[in-house]
Amino acid sequence: MNAVKFLFAAYIATWVIHGVYLASLVRRFGRLRQQLKELGKGK
Amino acid sequence: MKRLFPILSVITAVLLAYALYQALVVAPTDAQQGEVYRIIYYHVPSAWTAFLLFFINFIASIQYIASRKPSTQTAAKWIVLAIGVVGVIACFLPAVQKLIPAGMRPSAVATTVLAIPAFYFLVGKLFPGQRLDVLAVTTAEVGVVFCTIVLVTGPIWARPVWGIWWAPGDIRLTSTLVLWLIYVSYLVLRRFSNSAQTQMLAAALAVFGALDVPLVYFSIWFFRTQHPQPVIGGGGSMDPRMLHVLVINWMAFLCFAFLVCWSRFRLELMHREIEEAHAMESLVGSGVTSKASLPLSRSSR
Repeated sequence: MNAVKFLFAAYIATWVIHGVYLASLVRRFGRLRQQLKELGKGK
Repeated sequence: MKRLFPILSVITAVLLAYALYQALVVAPTDAQQGEVYRIIYYHVPSAWTAFLLFFINFIASIQYIASRKPSTQTAAKWIVLAIGVVGVIACFLPAVQKLIPAGMRPSAVATTVLAIPAFYFLVGKLFPGQRLDVLAVTTAEVGVVFCTIVLVTGPIWARPVWGIWWAPGDIRLTSTLVLWLIYVSYLVLRRFSNSAQTQMLAAALAVFGALDVPLVYFSIWFFRTQHPQPVIGGGGSMDPRMLHVLVINWMAFLCFAFLVCWSRFRLELMHREIEEAHAMESLVGSGVTSKASLPLSRSSR
């Protein structure tokens, strides 16, 4: 594995971590919106 | 505000793309490390962003602890002011200047010291009451994400340059790992504890956790480490073109971190409103309180 591959591995790893975190935020937003809907129906 | 978020998102995306282009194409190749040194443009800005977020978490936690009692709040204000004034004066005393690492300007240290009262009063003004706690959990979580990137990109950079993934016992590496573990513990505490004291305990943990940040930052000045000595601000000499690209990347990551924090902040507020509504529902269900005594419903906020 030459050095340039390490460079790309680091850049890809950075965006994979950010991507996973952003996906978790979107999932949590979705879950909360669903709960809000259910609360609205309950009332 | 609803329009501001998409506009800022587009600006940040453009800035990140420009920063990537600068890092991969425009920045000159390092004479010793070759192309792999370009990891610096993600590794260092991520570390600085994490430190800044942990610093804001520290300030918000102090504010939150102090806000419990008016007398403590007043005392904290005076202590913070005293830290700012004494700290700035001390930076220009010859005896203290001897302790400042070579190459680091006293004016830079004084500016950093001044940031403590400045952030303290700004955070207190912008995030009153429970919003301080929301800010604390937001910055801790996003800070952990950036710190994770530092801990992942560091070994990837170390392998081709040092020949090893990790240097056991190296104080910079170990203290960064400890910092990450402290803030992960903070998040675990907040996630799984249902005690009424959780917010206060988490704030106290955050204050102790933040003490590790200066140790991480200054470790390469005061200890012999495998990690390279500072290339900027501490007597190091970085090519101005490389420094320019590094600053562009940091600005891009700061904008990105701001947007992520904004989203996480809204998420936490939404979560707390729902929890509050559930609690009110169960109180009404159990007949503890009447509907007339309920606070404003979500729809009327």
